[in-house]
Amino acid sequence: LLKCDGEGARAVPLAGHVGFDSMPDQLVNKSVNHGFCFNILCVGETGLGKSTLMDTLFNTKFEGEPTQHNQPGVQLKSNTYELQESNVRLKLTVVNTVGFGDQINKEDSYKSIVEFIDTQFEAYLQEELKIKRTLHSYHDTRIHACLYFIAPTGHSLKSLDLVTMKKLDSKVNIIPIIAKSDAISKSELTKFKIKITSELVSNGVQIYQFPTDDETVAEINSTMNGHLPFAVVGSTEEVKIGNKMVKARQYPWGTVQVENENHCDFVKLREMLIRVNMEDLREQTHTRHYELYRRCKLEEMGFKDTDPDCKPFSLQETYEAKRNEFMGDLQKKEEEMRQMFVQRVKEKEAELKEAEKELHEKFDRLKKLHQDEKKKLEDKKKSLDDELNGFKQKKTAAELLQSQAQQAGGSTTLKRDKERKK
Amino acid sequence: LKPTLCLRGSGYVGFANLPNQVYRKSVKRGFEFTLMVVGESGLGKSTLINSLFLTDLYSKDYPGPSLRIKKTVQVEQSKVLVKEGGVQLTLTIVDTPGFGDAVDNSNCWQPVINYIDSKCEDFLNAESRVNRRLMPDNRVHCCLYFIAPSGHGLKPLDIEFMKRLHDKVNVIPLIAKADTLTPEECQLFKKQIMKEIQEHKIQIYEFPDIEDDEDSKLIRKIKERMPLAVVGSNVVIEVNGRKVRGRQYPWGVAEVENGEHCDFTVLRNMLIRTHMQDLKDVTNNVHYENYRSRKLAAVTCNGGVDTSKTKNQMTRSPLAQMEEERREHVMKMKKMETEMEQVFEMKVKEKKQKLKDSEAELERRHEQMKKNLEAQYKELEEKKRHHEEEKSNWEAQQRILEQQKLDASKTMEKNKKKGKIF
Repeated sequence: LLKCDGEGARAVPLAGHVGFDSMPDQLVNKSVNHGFCFNILCVGETGLGKSTLMDTLFNTKFEGEPTQHNQPGVQLKSNTYELQESNVRLKLTVVNTVGFGDQINKEDSYKSIVEFIDTQFEAYLQEELKIKRTLHSYHDTRIHACLYFIAPTGHSLKSLDLVTMKKLDSKVNIIPIIAKSDAISKSELTKFKIKITSELVSNGVQIYQFPTDDETVAEINSTMNGHLPFAVVGSTEEVKIGNKMVKARQYPWGTVQVENENHCDFVKLREMLIRVNMEDLREQTHTRHYELYRRCKLEEMGFKDTDPDCKPFSLQETYEAKRNEFMGDLQKKEEEMRQMFVQRVKEKEAELKEAEKELHEKFDRLKKLHQDEKKKLEDKKKSLDDELNGFKQKKTAAELLQSQAQQAGGSTTLKRDKERKK
Repeated sequence: LKPTLCLRGSGYVGFANLPNQVYRKSVKRGFEFTLMVVGESGLGKSTLINSLFLTDLYSKDYPGPSLRIKKTVQVEQSKVLVKEGGVQLTLTIVDTPGFGDAVDNSNCWQPVINYIDSKCEDFLNAESRVNRRLMPDNRVHCCLYFIAPSGHGLKPLDIEFMKRLHDKVNVIPLIAKADTLTPEECQLFKKQIMKEIQEHKIQIYEFPDIEDDEDSKLIRKIKERMPLAVVGSNVVIEVNGRKVRGRQYPWGVAEVENGEHCDFTVLRNMLIRTHMQDLKDVTNNVHYENYRSRKLAAVTCNGGVDTSKTKNQMTRSPLAQMEEERREHVMKMKKMETEMEQVFEMKVKEKKQKLKDSEAELERRHEQMKKNLEAQYKELEEKKRHHEEEKSNWEAQQRILEQQKLDASKTMEKNKKKGKIF
């Protein structure tokens, strides 16, 4: 993100050769020593020849078994390779979408792709925001180019294609290609390309444009832009044509030569993707797509620039402010929870007190009943006692009478007896 | 990572062209470099700059620092735009007029440190914005420190300055006006200076080791000649038919670009032709990163200094840090919640148990009393029954007795009547 436009500088002539024209070479040497890295994402339905195309492009056999069509969802499989061509080392990562387009309901197909791309951005962002960071030795996993494989139906884009590309166009450089284009005749191909291009335009899908701002490559880039989407054929099989072995696909009716520009756009793709614009793809990823992601992410978290031109913005002050706000939030939550507990305790206590009260009332009532019973019993006892006493008296009185009577009767009897005896 | 895959056969991919792409883009972008010169006045700093860049950076219209009389140390910058071989360079020369010229030079390095830090701060702020724009790199990439050619050793000011700045900027010490020293004196002087630099653990700019044998020989040669002894001149003189920059003396001409006369060529080649990019890289990857991590780790929002950040916090981005804190806090809250919940449950259980016990106790007592009462009732019933029985018995007995009496009196009457009784 550096700009050097000599703003505010006065031009001065040089009286001889100073030697700073070696700067580009110094920079190149440094890059070559450091090595390059490039990450390609291949999006397309199973069976469109994604792996074969990668093999053909990079002239090597990458790992992997062809995938089945029964994947439950879309998964992204990534593999990293170290390649070397003359003195240039390239760390290439190829990411494949496995199972794309195989499901009955494809509504969420694009989601895992977007997630994957975002994850790489996030990883870079996290590294960039660290206090102690090592950006210059960071392995950049951000996707620099997305090759979107279009099925060679010859008619138009599928709705899945439009939906997916629309979701991806603000996150990655999309290069649409017509896969297995040896299934389409030349005339059909022209119509197909026109249809695809117009559908992309009418749906507002932003595909990657080869840059035309640098005079050295402006012409070739602008011509190539007109050939998009590239109709490609991939093959790692070699066939003898004349006295050369060339990459081709052999049919009974003829041989499709991969590197023959009359047969397909493979060479154009290789030229644009690798030979001419690889560096620009990396640059666009960093300065446009990544910046957009970063900006959105930071805004989402509540960061914003204070005053763009006057007061310098301090990320670290904003962090502190954010952090304090956030800690304050947490404190508040803690307090709320505590309060809630206090409330619950109060309520429960009141409940239990109520229960206790009820219990005591119950027993008071019982006690009262008991008292009443006791009283009744006492009364009954009393009346019985009275009765007993009465009876006793009666009995005593009767016995007294009896004994008196007996005495008298006894004397009467005695008298009688006496008289009798007399 | 897979082992390096070598490309098959004569296959051509084309990423070996990446360096060219980088070259092309860098030329389009242009380059920038900021060079700071520090030293007492009169040491030929401006002359050296003019010699290095073969231009009149300082001229009638833009006088050099020695012609500007300053009472205190100033830090001033001049920006020029130079072009060579299609390569554009925005060169900023930073002067420090007044440095070391006062009687009391304590802290004369402070304005220099402030300047360097403020450029880093500008960069940090620009880099930390949410909406980032293309930003110029105005950080100081190299500081040429001019040592007076005393022939003895470093002055205390030299040592003090280098000690304070070696961890903020790339310091390259130079012996100024080297044409006042003979080669032998110069050798001794250099040895002494390097010894003192090592003693004081001053880290001057080190040339990176290169794998290339050729270049590493060159590097070693340079290292042996440190510190470089330089001579500068604004005047072109004719010597043996050649036009050279030099200083005319009655006894001869000291040629600036003659390697036997001084190390100017070595300095120029190193500073401009081979290591300009590396100076920028070291500034970016080491000095700036140090500044940044110090700045971000230290200050809290109250402006106080927080030295409590652990190593973990330093290697994590502040966003991740906040996330971590949030997670920790959520866990803490959960823990607190469960604890409170537990205590609450326990207390409730206790209370309920107490209530239950109390209820049981009361129940028991009530039962007891009821039983008691029932027993008494039974007793009473028994007593009553007994009494009833007794009563009825007695009453029956009484009736019999009564009957007997009645019978007896009836008999008596009868007997009386019969005259039995006298």
